[in-house]
Amino acid sequence: MRIIVNGEAQETGAPTLAALLDELGKGEAKVATSVNEGFVPKQQRADHSLNEGDRVEIVAPRQGG
Amino acid sequence: MPTFYGTEVTSRLMLGTAQYPSPAVLAEAFRRSGAGIATVSVRREAGGDQAGQDFWALIRDLGVAVLPNTAGCYSVREAVTTAQMARELFDTNWIKLEVIGHADTLQPDPFGLVDAAAQLAEDGFEVFPYCTEDLVLCERLVEIGCKVLMPWGAPIGTGLGLNNIYGLRSLRAHFPDIPLVVDAGLGLPSQAAHAMELGYDAVLLNTAVAKAGDPAAMAQAFGLAVEAGALAAHADPMDARDMAAPSTPVFGKALL
Repeated sequence: MRIIVNGEAQETGAPTLAALLDELGKGEAKVATSVNEGFVPKQQRADHSLNEGDRVEIVAPRQGG
Repeated sequence: MPTFYGTEVTSRLMLGTAQYPSPAVLAEAFRRSGAGIATVSVRREAGGDQAGQDFWALIRDLGVAVLPNTAGCYSVREAVTTAQMARELFDTNWIKLEVIGHADTLQPDPFGLVDAAAQLAEDGFEVFPYCTEDLVLCERLVEIGCKVLMPWGAPIGTGLGLNNIYGLRSLRAHFPDIPLVVDAGLGLPSQAAHAMELGYDAVLLNTAVAKAGDPAAMAQAFGLAVEAGALAAHADPMDARDMAAPSTPVFGKALL
């Protein structure tokens, strides 16, 4: 299916958000996630199914003022 | 030292972590300034990018409290979702809440700010609202649970200093028991000292240090300035007057 990850369209076979993070090599990384503008906590990623057209955001700690 | 939501911090200086020439300079700026709180953000991490993980290791090693922000958020939903992601990433209920209302001035959107702060306070966050010095806005923020207020000195990144000294003084007088932090717009240590002399509890800045020719030296200068200003504020400054008054005794002057 086709989804949007951090603003970029991509194909994925991952059925869940946790599987998508594994596919991207970020299963163990210090990241936080949202799907369709709603926060998805880490412990819910394995149960959060992905659907065609979903907008996924994956963020990490970064410099800020 | 100021206490924010029950946590006493080690310094009156809160320092941003963006725009430094290198991670080493950032670390040196924190070391020399003694800043006790570092502001951080959450941003997208691309494919094999490790920048976020490396940055987190650097911040952890500073040994300071971390205050995540919602910088760049223009809507309540964006700000709330960003805050939720930041809470999980940084494992803190503290959030520097920015809801921006105007692209040129980066002025807070007071209506969105109150809405977002109320949602976050309800959800257990400890909100540090980036606000203006408007008394009515600040009253609303306190009513919905904010236990610290962070009015701007001037627009973010301008270095213009304290644009509304009357407003900042009024705010201090109006909220004698709420920790107040001047956040944004400071360009020089003298401006930070002035904020402290007005009775403020702390200042938060980033660009003035990070964009100085020698960021670590400037950070130290700000650290000294906030201490000098706070010391002066607690030393009961003299009243200003219009006419001169000689400091050297008149009595005993030789008649020549």
